Amino acid sequence: MGAAQQSASDKNASAHGTGGGGTSRPDAGISAGVLQNNQVGEGDMIQLLDAHGKRQAESTFGPYIDALDAETIRGFYRDMATVRRFDVEATALQRQGELALWVPVVGQEAAQIGSGSAMVPADYAFPTYREHGVALTRGLDLADLLKLFRGVSNGGWDPREKNFHLYTLVLAAQTPHAVGYAMGIQRDLAADPTTEPAAVVVYFGDGSSSEGDVHESMVFAASYDAPVVFFCQNNNWAISVPFEVQSKIPLVNRAGGYGIPGIRVDGNDVLAVYAVTKWALEHARNGHGPVLIEASTYRVGAHTTADDPTKYRRAAEEEIWKAKDPLERLETYLRAEGLADEAFFEQVKNDGDELAAHVRSATLALGGADIRQKFATVYAEAHPLVAEELAWFENYQASFTDNETEQGGAA
Amino acid sequence: MPNLNYFKLPDVGEGLLEAEIVSWKVKPGDTVAINDVIVEIETAKSIVELPSPFAGVVAQLMVAEGDTVEVGTPIFAVGSDASTPVAEEALSPAPAAEAEAEVMKPLVGSGPKADAVKRRPRISSAPAVVQVAAASPAPVVTPAATPAPTSSLESAKANRVLAKPPVRKAAKDLGINLADVTPTGLRGEITKKDLLGYQEQRVADQGQVGTFWAPSTASGLADDARVERIKVKGVRKATAKAMVESAFSAPHVSIFVDVDASRTMEFVKRLKVSRDFEGIKVSPLLILAKAVIWAAARNPSVNATWAGDEIIVKHFMNLGIAAATPRGLMVPNIKDAQDLSLKELAIALNALATTARAGKTQPADMQGGSLTVTNIGVLGIDTGTPIINPGEVAIVAFGTIKLKPWVVEGEVVPRWITTLGGSFDHRVVDGDLSARFMADVAAIMEEPALLLD
Repeated sequence: MGAAQQSASDKNASAHGTGGGGTSRPDAGISAGVLQNNQVGEGDMIQLLDAHGKRQAESTFGPYIDALDAETIRGFYRDMATVRRFDVEATALQRQGELALWVPVVGQEAAQIGSGSAMVPADYAFPTYREHGVALTRGLDLADLLKLFRGVSNGGWDPREKNFHLYTLVLAAQTPHAVGYAMGIQRDLAADPTTEPAAVVVYFGDGSSSEGDVHESMVFAASYDAPVVFFCQNNNWAISVPFEVQSKIPLVNRAGGYGIPGIRVDGNDVLAVYAVTKWALEHARNGHGPVLIEASTYRVGAHTTADDPTKYRRAAEEEIWKAKDPLERLETYLRAEGLADEAFFEQVKNDGDELAAHVRSATLALGGADIRQKFATVYAEAHPLVAEELAWFENYQASFTDNETEQGGAA
Repeated sequence: MPNLNYFKLPDVGEGLLEAEIVSWKVKPGDTVAINDVIVEIETAKSIVELPSPFAGVVAQLMVAEGDTVEVGTPIFAVGSDASTPVAEEALSPAPAAEAEAEVMKPLVGSGPKADAVKRRPRISSAPAVVQVAAASPAPVVTPAATPAPTSSLESAKANRVLAKPPVRKAAKDLGINLADVTPTGLRGEITKKDLLGYQEQRVADQGQVGTFWAPSTASGLADDARVERIKVKGVRKATAKAMVESAFSAPHVSIFVDVDASRTMEFVKRLKVSRDFEGIKVSPLLILAKAVIWAAARNPSVNATWAGDEIIVKHFMNLGIAAATPRGLMVPNIKDAQDLSLKELAIALNALATTARAGKTQPADMQGGSLTVTNIGVLGIDTGTPIINPGEVAIVAFGTIKLKPWVVEGEVVPRWITTLGGSFDHRVVDGDLSARFMADVAAIMEEPALLLD
């Protein structure tokens, strides 16, 4: 069944064998109707580039990378470095009071650039609120992402232009939307067979995996063979809740329950992520139905700029993951294989600084939010209740002696 | 005056109203580029660094370290060239004419701390109210700024307590310092259960005072209803039996020594902030335990059992720690404590205390002890004559450590002083041996560096 991994460890046996307490219940054993061990274990995952930047052989997914030219692989690095530089600038802008909030992506660049690069223009992506890397691969101007976080827009871009949906802040709410969109693609194809085949990638995290929406989405997707790839970035922390609370076994095993293929991939290995997503998208586009990908990665920074991870996790854990940095390992590989020289890395850095300057000036040029616009977009047409509430609010605003809005940051 | 760019304190969290200036990373006259870190601030949510949105020369730092200011308050200014720095003005009020009073408000304020939440002044028809509102932001300026005591903050940061927000809130509501609670969480965090267990113990300790005395009704004789009869059983019974057995079969000799434990206190302080001991509770008891193990190796007969016709000397240390538990006095011991590193010993002590406090000490934990320490200092007691744990020949009582006048080179100076008390079974341990043993323990408490020997 596709790429679902069989675990070498006999986990079930040990879990059932030792019953607590005095009375020992017999193991359910290998009988008809008893679920048998079919699990991907903690250590199992697709990896094509190990933590030291060494290429690993793999018969199913390796060929996807063998087919790539050096320029494409350099592009992976360029994109990861670009989004990391962008992230630094956006974080600084938040600290300077120019953004209300920022959601750092550092540590997850490979999972995002790898999966985003595997999509073709006709595919459609449904992001959470952290998919800055995917946005880059879809061709967005990253400065547009900041409009939402500055509060000047409810979106920031036209999702139809690059087939990149608006950020969704309600956890897992994008998963049913994505399945619905994928079912729409199926119907378009049925109505007009000349339509270009396409698939959907829906992003979510380990925390969202516990939401009912994800379950419902997977049931629908499986039932209708919808062309959707469920791409879970398991970054190990749902704000302050560690992954162990979400699931006792790797999330990919849930795919078995829906009867769809599941792939667990090293989410810090951009080559492996690219290859497995490419495989999954082809599977979906060719009418074989959904795939679940669990990308094992780590949120190196805070959940958002309003979060302080030192309150709930130890520095030692962060150090372990920093050693698995996605950029460093690809850089090691590129240098060792002679695929990139010093001038390339220099250029990437300069381009990143240039982008950062662009993002900064574009953000500062956005000005402040207009509260009237929020009232104006509640209903399509004028509404007496909204008008009354706006009047009340304006009256309230005018009641202060310091009639300047309290705005932090640069004066 | 050249043009200055003022940086107003932003809301770096979601809906925060104020922040404390922890430390300035630049000084007036420094040249800064965009995104250079200027200052570290602490909000209710976290400690964060603020990067400069301006390039230029730092002209003014407008708030002193340690001060808490509202969001929107200008905290530093950057000018375009080197002629701008006005270092003196940074810590003193600038002429009011230079900028609106608002800008110059919170300089080196160390006056009474205002309410955390301040409301924006409202336009009102009553003039008196307006006056009050206008008067309230007047600065209270102390001429000499005392530098904020950052060292305590630093150590608090290095030895941070892990706990989720609801637990922090509950601890705050209960008035409990989270650092006092022993964590049992998966990742060393304090769970709600840990907190409630601690609170329960605290209530049990203090709770009964108010209702203890019963109203006078009868004679005070045996049939008086005010007499409470507690059945002697379980741990109480075992303790009584063991103590009688020990006190009336082993001839006790007790000796005491006052010790300057200042270096031990310093050592413990350093361990607490060291990265290696992150998340591990360290107390002076750890050093004492190590000292006892060290001293026992030099005076082996204290680590023995009296068997009537022979003395059994043990070439291992199962170090007993007397612990008050919900079930009564227990003396669990740390097996083969002689093999443990300082860190391992600290972990073992914590585990022993956690298990005992939770009432989960197993019989095996209490068997085979070779020498015992009783930490009476935690209750604020100076010293006492401990009774030897049956089967052993020595016990050390660790008194409270407090600042006392102490004579050093002819000068009376405040030092951290403690009293060590020891009881020994005279059948095995004679006066000179017990004295040498106690002097060795005392030597380590005075100079823990001897442990390196």
